[in-house]
Amino acid sequence: MPIVVNIDKCTGCKECLTSCPFDAIEIREGKAFINEYCNFCKTCLSICPEGAIEEIEEAPVTLYSSPVTDFKGVWVFAEQREGKIASVSYELLGTGRRLADELNVELSAILFGASEMEAEELIKWGADKVYFCKDSIFEKFNDEPYAKLLSSLIGIHKPEIVIAGATPIGRSFIPRVAARVGTGLTADCTSLSIDRETRNLLQVRPAFGGNIMATILCPFRRPQMATVRPRMMKKGEYKEGKKGEIIHIPADNVSSRTRVIDTIKEVSDIAVNLQEADIIVAGGRGLGNTKGFELLKELAELLGGTIGASRAAVDEGWVSYSHQVGQTGKTVCPKIYIACGISGAVQHLVGMQSSDIIIAINKNSEAPIFNVATYGIVGDLYEVIPMLIKKIKETREK
Amino acid sequence: MKIVVCIKQVPDTAEVRINPETGTLIREGVPSIINPYDMHAIEAGLQIREKARGNLTIVSMGPPQAESALRHAISMGADDAVLLTDKAFAGSDTWATSYILSKAIEKLGADIIICGKQAIDGDTAQVGPETAEFLGIPHISYVRKVEDVTLNSISVQRMMEEGYDIVESSFPVLLTVVKELNEPRLPSLKGKMAAKKAEIKNWGSSDINADDKKIGLKGSPTQVKNIFAPEARADRKIFQGTTEEQVNALIKELKGIKCL
Ligand SMILES: Cc1cc2nc3c(=O)[nH]c(=O)nc-3n(C[C@H](O)[C@H](O)[C@H](O)COP(=O)(O)OP(=O)(O)OC[C@H]3O[C@@H](n4cnc5c(N)ncnc54)[C@H](O)[C@@H]3O)c2cc1C
Ligand SMILES: Nc1ncnc2c1ncn2[C@@H]1O[C@H](COP(=O)(O)O)[C@@H](O)[C@H]1O
Repeated sequence: MPIVVNIDKCTGCKECLTSCPFDAIEIREGKAFINEYCNFCKTCLSICPEGAIEEIEEAPVTLYSSPVTDFKGVWVFAEQREGKIASVSYELLGTGRRLADELNVELSAILFGASEMEAEELIKWGADKVYFCKDSIFEKFNDEPYAKLLSSLIGIHKPEIVIAGATPIGRSFIPRVAARVGTGLTADCTSLSIDRETRNLLQVRPAFGGNIMATILCPFRRPQMATVRPRMMKKGEYKEGKKGEIIHIPADNVSSRTRVIDTIKEVSDIAVNLQEADIIVAGGRGLGNTKGFELLKELAELLGGTIGASRAAVDEGWVSYSHQVGQTGKTVCPKIYIACGISGAVQHLVGMQSSDIIIAINKNSEAPIFNVATYGIVGDLYEVIPMLIKKIKETREK
Repeated sequence: MKIVVCIKQVPDTAEVRINPETGTLIREGVPSIINPYDMHAIEAGLQIREKARGNLTIVSMGPPQAESALRHAISMGADDAVLLTDKAFAGSDTWATSYILSKAIEKLGADIIICGKQAIDGDTAQVGPETAEFLGIPHISYVRKVEDVTLNSISVQRMMEEGYDIVESSFPVLLTVVKELNEPRLPSLKGKMAAKKAEIKNWGSSDINADDKKIGLKGSPTQVKNIFAPEARADRKIFQGTTEEQVNALIKELKGIKCL
């Protein structure tokens, strides 16, 4: 609730100024003043030695007639494309299972379109129940039918948590569902967990281009909804013999005012390889020229990996755009990401930060890439990489 | 044809720096800009107006200084602008923001509403679709090309994971746009003059008949629990010594975790 400065208590000591993650506190007329950049994160409350920063308690607003405790169960929206379950759905089932077990409730999957066989797969991947609608209206993606049916199911069955993939489809229609059922939605989460005491969902997501992380709560309304970034969470366990219930639901009263006239595929093999690669060797402006990529290719081939790049390297024309990793390129999550001559600008980091192991090779020991690195080598890449290639070969020969 | 474009003023996140000691944002010297995606939304609005004729209104919810963003939009060629500003709006999350925008758009009336795909400060990409739902109208996300606009329908290319769809809708409709859509124009001299003289309407909560239970911090379903700096990896090892020593150390580590 609102954060205010009690002018009578404030001594103008400025302690709070640097505590604010949003730089939203300034000194006006000798006293602290909270300006419009306040994100209500409450960091400053505990900082003030005088206790002069206060939170004004206001009664929460509930729009629902039914109380929060009426809502039970965890739901995963299982996205399908052309009848095939998207792999993010299995990741969601892994996370959903963990949350449901912790809350001691059922895990249900929601599947619109696709076949009954796919619905059964969702059970083997962890769901106790599948709400399945196979109406042909869901073959092509239109927001309205998806949003209407999911909202009405939520209204009937009252789950406490609903999660979906932060994919183009999930990020387009899930907000409509949240607006319709009158609840909060946290976008593009990188981690989800349960607060034991309150049973609230703790939703962690990056903000300001990945510069800071925020934990978001939806304490007074249900369901708690989140979209989850693909490739951030582990798939669940696949159990061949697992049994569950498939509940067929009709697509009553769902219609669409938008119409998909055509679907055109435009996938470049490079981009696909990049997102599926276990090992990526990426180059930046530090390579200095196109030839540098030959060296990276040699290392990549030796490791069975593929080539990535920073925008600077793409802008220089050394490699094609389909190799670009980052905010305006691809998001990747390989087992090993080797960043060569890349400084580690936030726009690059958001695309590769969740890789299992990050190896940074840079001649500047202050480069921000070292902050996210698992291993760092400080040196000239033209010395380091040939030596690395040589040593890997030697190790293999032994 | 009535066109409304929603824009947000944001800190330029490319310029945002983090204080390494406190892990907090340093806002000083960071310019406020129109959210880059919204620049493409303005340009799209201008192009559709040129084709279909009509009126282009820009709407922004924010503090009084967001007026400069609206003036910039007018200098690019927009007809008029409304600033939604009220203390009671402060702290709105995407749900409350969308509600507020929808109330303003209801008052204005619109055939086409255009938003950016996402705002770069929060990167949520939720306000467009949520606003459409509050208005009870369809939306199309990630528009990368307008194929055709007629008097009663529009068809566009919608960017998807593996290519694009061609999607058609009747009016009214809300679009969210991506950068591939167009190249935003620079303000003209005439536009700059108009921007100086333009009267920007200021609307508060009562002007748009907003339900005060649905706005601001109080009306927002989500709350920020805490904020933290992304931590350096706990297992981080920056090697030291000669190139050869460092490479050897790396090989040893990789062997240790069975990656070689
Ligand atoms: C809206 C927006 C979107 C963006 N999207 C992306 C994106 O998707 N992806 C992306 O990558 N960037 C993106 N950027 C650009 C980003 O801000 C950086 O400019 C870019 O990532 C820098 O690339 P770099 O690290 O290769 O180059 P630089 O920052 O120039 O870094 C080069 C590094 O190489 C090191 N070096 C030089 N020579 C050697 C050598 N011989 N041996 C070892 N090290 C050496 C230097 O120490 C330096 O750290 C975006 C920017 C904006 C504003
Ligand atoms: N305060 C605001 N005022 C006007 N438009 C907004 C506001 N916040 C978001 N929008 C619009 O919604 C889009 C998506 O924003 P977001 O959901 O915050 O990522 C933006 O590109 C804007 O077009």
